[in-house]
Amino acid sequence: MSESTIQIALVLPDLLGTYGDFGNAVVLEKRMAWRGIKAEIVPINYGEPVPDSCDIYVVGGGEDTAQTLAVKHLREHPGLQRAVTKNAVVLGVCAGIQIFGESFTRADNITHPGMGLIDSTSHAGGSRAIGEVLAEPANGLFEGVLTGFENHQGRTVLGPSAQPLAHVKVGTGNDGSVEGAVQGRIVCTYLHGPVLPRNPQLADMLIEWATGTKVAPLDLPAVTAMRAERVKAAS
Amino acid sequence: MRGPGRQGTGPAHRFELSFGLLLASAHTRKSDVDSDSAAATTTGVVAHQEGRWCHAGSIAGVNDSPARLPLRTAAAVKLGNLSSTLSQKMGLGAGGMIGGRVALKLDPQALNRLTQGRKVAVVTGTNGKTTSTMMLARAVAALGEVATNHSGANMPDGHVTALSKQPDAPFAVLECDEGYFPAVAGASHPAVAVILNLSRDQLDRVGEVRTIERSLRDAISALQNCTIVANCDDVMVTSAAWNASKVIWVATGTGWHHDSASCPRCGNPIRWQGEHWHCTGCDLARPHPNWITADEAMITPEHQKLELRLTLPGKFNQANAVMASAAAHAMGVPTEEAVARLRGVSNVSGRYRTIQRNGRSARLLLSKNPAGWSETLTVVKEANHPAVLVINAQEADGRDLSWLWDVPFERLQGRTVIASGERATDLAVRLTYAEVEHTIVPDPLKAIDQMPPGAVEVIANYTAFRDLNARAAADE
Repeated sequence: MSESTIQIALVLPDLLGTYGDFGNAVVLEKRMAWRGIKAEIVPINYGEPVPDSCDIYVVGGGEDTAQTLAVKHLREHPGLQRAVTKNAVVLGVCAGIQIFGESFTRADNITHPGMGLIDSTSHAGGSRAIGEVLAEPANGLFEGVLTGFENHQGRTVLGPSAQPLAHVKVGTGNDGSVEGAVQGRIVCTYLHGPVLPRNPQLADMLIEWATGTKVAPLDLPAVTAMRAERVKAAS
Repeated sequence: MRGPGRQGTGPAHRFELSFGLLLASAHTRKSDVDSDSAAATTTGVVAHQEGRWCHAGSIAGVNDSPARLPLRTAAAVKLGNLSSTLSQKMGLGAGGMIGGRVALKLDPQALNRLTQGRKVAVVTGTNGKTTSTMMLARAVAALGEVATNHSGANMPDGHVTALSKQPDAPFAVLECDEGYFPAVAGASHPAVAVILNLSRDQLDRVGEVRTIERSLRDAISALQNCTIVANCDDVMVTSAAWNASKVIWVATGTGWHHDSASCPRCGNPIRWQGEHWHCTGCDLARPHPNWITADEAMITPEHQKLELRLTLPGKFNQANAVMASAAAHAMGVPTEEAVARLRGVSNVSGRYRTIQRNGRSARLLLSKNPAGWSETLTVVKEANHPAVLVINAQEADGRDLSWLWDVPFERLQGRTVIASGERATDLAVRLTYAEVEHTIVPDPLKAIDQMPPGAVEVIANYTAFRDLNARAAADE
């Protein structure tokens, strides 16, 4: 696989790009490029068909109407769902965790069908969860604490087929206890920041899943310093 | 003014002096004591001084009140002005908000009463509020005295402060935070409301763009006898102003479309064809503009082309100028006179000014959100000057810096760049992935000093700019 170019699908950045989550695709691309792995970002805009041939799919956060529109589009053009059956790696952030599930219920009590990719349901919580989050990765998925910034009203309940991504130490995450979801090669999280610039270990885990090879550590002093600052600020 | 570079007083609208402390401060008149020690010592006297002072002071305030205000408002205004003066003298703040805050506490109807009998224009939007307000105030001054809130004190307490200081001005031009627009427009019965643009900004504090659009839409629909001046190149603004009984549409040519892929009214995709756009699901579409921004010039409703020849740089300031001209026209100012007046605006609360420091000429630019940064990076594009980028993430800036990834910093590749501010490391990570070589110097003045002698561009976000501007002014 390392012979060919790793394609990173940036899914509906025009609808689901409210919180800088475009940065997740940039981080994946650069961390591969700097290690000599060819990678490119493939933006898939609203109205365009969704290819099933990409290696990694990155889905960001969006506002309510945009999220509804996005799930409608992704159900009408089920390239992402087909890619999952072919073992593609998927990162879903914020809106991502909600639309990948079985259903999500808004504050107006209307339940929308999700994409059924992960065993979860989401509903509107009482108050908006806003602020820095720290969480311990579950099942030793990757090294180091998970850091990010959350800003969401949804709460998510995982079913037996989905595992949490991490256990919350500071902040709210899915429900105040666990944060995110992992099912097969789909990783979901409520965390912005964006999440991959904040958590290079998670980025490298996704890269290793996509390339099938171990990658060498990358020494980026700015990233190390920023992580230390954010962890200290949240603690 | 007290010592320069004072830290820790916080942004003006987070001014956390309690009302009780303020009254006690007023009584003890520690205006010539250093503010830090004054704050510490007056805290102790709050409890036993507050009651006595209120009793005696409330009578004194009424005697020489402006005749047309009810006693309660007059007293509130008087006390508020005193608080502003004290705030300034004590070096606690610029006094732009605190007086209004006191007056509003004493008389919640102060804004309504203070705007009675005046012709009011309210200016709101995500970017360009302060500049457009200053331009419009300059233009309306052709008709008479104008009360206006400067330096971004753009919430009701700032409005009350500004109106209180000029009780006899027949005109008012008020810059208004978009979140406060419904309350302010409702209370101040504006003749003109200017809606500049709406884009993502401080999502953790302000909320999402569509929520703001919805609240503006409702507020505008409820306004009577108000002319809305709205930017028809902005889908969100157009939707907000769509149902207004009287709208003047201005084509600004501004380019941030990242928050309007889907219609704010029905959710269907918005299609763009050149400058035209329409919703594919409902009748929302770009209205025919009455005023047009056209490359350093504008075209009036009478099809007259007027050169702008602004002192301020950038396309977005041309847009601000045309919006201000259209609004001035709606207020009754002849267009040529309006343009001649707003042309002179060169320094908007320190923005765009150049400071001289150890052989460096540093131009100070304020940018608060992705749309603003995107425009500013275009302004600094022509000359390849070194750039100091200053980022804070205090409450007034928004605590979440995710938006740094929506800014096309890649455009700075090959330039000498220093990452600065309280969150310089977050910026450094963004620059690293943008492959922009940089160093980190958290203190922006030190960062300027480390640049090669000559021209330097300094771009800072809200509190970073405010603090830098104050320190630079103190050094001059």
